[in-house]
Amino acid sequence: MLSPKLFVQRNHCLTGATSITVAASIAQKPEYPLKPRAGLFVTCLVDLFRPSVGFAAAKLIEASGCTVDVPIGQTCCGQPAYNSGDRYSARTIGLQTIRAFAGCDYVVVPSGSCAAMLKLHVPKLFDDDASQLRAEAAAFAERVHELTSFLVHIRGVTAVPGTYKGRVTYHDACSGLRELGIRPAPRKLLSAMSGVELVESQNADACCGFGGLFAEKYPDISNAILSKKVADLAASQTPLVLSGDLGCLMNIAGKCSRDRRGLACRHIAEVLADELTDPPIGMPNDHAVAP
Amino acid sequence: MSAGPRDFKANAATAIADAGLQRALAGLPGGLVAQRTAAVARCPEFEALRDQGRDIRDHTLANLDLYLEQFETNAKHAGSHVHWAATATEACKIIADICAFANAELVVKGKSMVSEEIGLNAHLQRGGLEVVETDLGEYIIQNRGETPSHIIAPAIHLTQADVEADFRRLHDHLQKARVFHDPADLVAEARAILREKFLAADVGITGANFLISETGSSIIVTNEGNGDLTQILPKTHIVVASIEKVVPTLNDAATLLKLLARSATGQDMTAYTTFATGPRRAGDLDGPEACHIVIVDNGRSEMLAGDMREALRCIRCGACMNHCPVYNAIGGHAYGWVYPGPIGAVLTPGLLGLEQAAHLPNASTFCGACETVCPVKIPLVKLMRGWRTAGHECNGGAWPLAAWSFAARRPRLYHGSARFAAAILGAIGRSSGAFHWLPFARGWTRHRDLAAPQGRTFQQLWSETKRGVPR
Repeated sequence: MLSPKLFVQRNHCLTGATSITVAASIAQKPEYPLKPRAGLFVTCLVDLFRPSVGFAAAKLIEASGCTVDVPIGQTCCGQPAYNSGDRYSARTIGLQTIRAFAGCDYVVVPSGSCAAMLKLHVPKLFDDDASQLRAEAAAFAERVHELTSFLVHIRGVTAVPGTYKGRVTYHDACSGLRELGIRPAPRKLLSAMSGVELVESQNADACCGFGGLFAEKYPDISNAILSKKVADLAASQTPLVLSGDLGCLMNIAGKCSRDRRGLACRHIAEVLADELTDPPIGMPNDHAVAP
Repeated sequence: MSAGPRDFKANAATAIADAGLQRALAGLPGGLVAQRTAAVARCPEFEALRDQGRDIRDHTLANLDLYLEQFETNAKHAGSHVHWAATATEACKIIADICAFANAELVVKGKSMVSEEIGLNAHLQRGGLEVVETDLGEYIIQNRGETPSHIIAPAIHLTQADVEADFRRLHDHLQKARVFHDPADLVAEARAILREKFLAADVGITGANFLISETGSSIIVTNEGNGDLTQILPKTHIVVASIEKVVPTLNDAATLLKLLARSATGQDMTAYTTFATGPRRAGDLDGPEACHIVIVDNGRSEMLAGDMREALRCIRCGACMNHCPVYNAIGGHAYGWVYPGPIGAVLTPGLLGLEQAAHLPNASTFCGACETVCPVKIPLVKLMRGWRTAGHECNGGAWPLAAWSFAARRPRLYHGSARFAAAILGAIGRSSGAFHWLPFARGWTRHRDLAAPQGRTFQQLWSETKRGVPR
């Protein structure tokens, strides 16, 4: 929890209000001490393709006892530029993100891949910088968390709003798994839903062949990797595939759709938060099946 | 089959369409990968060993000049001749000269990747020598006129049936009706044939898994014993090794050997771990009369001085490729040069030049599986990204990415464009839910559909519902 003193300082510089009015507003708040403020880093894919994941994430973060802020100054984590060797763009985008989330106690990301970029790689882009910028980047990285690990490890969440009933399987996306060690958190959250039966697929930790621009640049190799992944997921005989990364999910869902496999794909946040009004990824609006 | 690394994309497409290759590759997860997993499980200190292995390699690389000179002194003291080769051409010439000095006609070889790298066999054969590979896998592919597709399992792209057919064709002096029940029968036949070569050879050439600085020894690890015969029976033994193979002490080598066998084949130790220190001494029962050690640079000094130094930690176990989804999909030949897989994607641009090998570091999903198994913790993803950065600095990026980056650095422009794209693509695609074809995502839609956006961006919806509402 934040101390009231910290809150005053922060609001003071953000709003330009005098400390007297801020102090007055604190006095009016009944739920003192104040909730921490979590900035939602939406991710470019969720923003463009699947806002429902963003709303699900916001709902889960709020339910964990935080207020949610969505800074408008964010765009993307910069990973497409970084992994294409464009350090200048990655750095510029990184700094823009750091500044956009300056007022937040946490930066929460519904993607292991983008979270790893912000937490592990963005600071490296400022390694050879003047100490102030480097310190700013390091302090920012400290506050970055992937959504499911944030809920479990930072907020101690043991119950979720979701009421989904059925068998599901979970794909461990590579960056989150290997760079951030995200494996227990999503499983813990799913086990908190009494109606959900998690069936582990063979090679749940194997790459799906997405790899960002890799899928577009080397489609044949990507497809060879993806075909194995989809076969493994289908063999789990569950109607629904969950994962924590929309990139991998769009890849897997795209293949299921092309091959007319009746396998639905959703971001884990949608199930945890009961944001299930939109059809599964890549399925038409009139999609009738429950998942 | 393989054209060079420039033709990577075409090579990969051919590999994916090759049913025989795909059958052979399908054995990897249950083979080398499963064996490694089991071996690591039997070795509780494996993670600590990896740290030690990394530290030994880093220390050696940081003091490489010192340890190489010490190695030379001690090797000479043991009676070996030490030769330094700056380039592949120099190395080949030195080795050919040694063979000429020994009046050699027949050369037997143990498995050596650096000899592949410098093109040694072709060079010696052009000089009129008969060169016979004695590692079973190398023997098989030499007879087919192929190159290794894996650094420790050179014939992994072939099935048992392929090898049987080759042996029947090649060893046509043997009984036609003979039966091959299992791989052991193939091994027995190759052994009988190779035994004659060992006894007749004038020169034996081996690589080295390690060179020991404090003793001037070379180490080879094998499972067939062919390496031992290669370095003991002929009158002249030539070791060819690259500069980074040196380690300071026998103790250091012991640590690295524990990592090597477990990572490579899932063995606690290989069947043979053989130390060679100089030629036969007075009173020795066997051993060569002369021992030459050819130490090859061939571009490594430059890598040592640059950002790719960590790649020189490699002890050539092959675990990175065994665990790589890309290697598992296309095999080793598609990479187009000697070193395939993630380590190849880092070494090849360093040794051949980025222009030749630009595809290799790009053709990775960055899944990171290679890094989690590397026995000396080479940050392979970081190094591949380093080559991408070098490429971007030389050639700039593709224009669609540059346009995207331009917008991503400008939030207002970005959010406006995203709204526009979400609206258009959403309107067209929502009824079916996904696109089967899109002009700017032709690679993507070649094998899979692209989910259509929901219609409005998250930022747009959030602004309308939540933002501006006083909290």
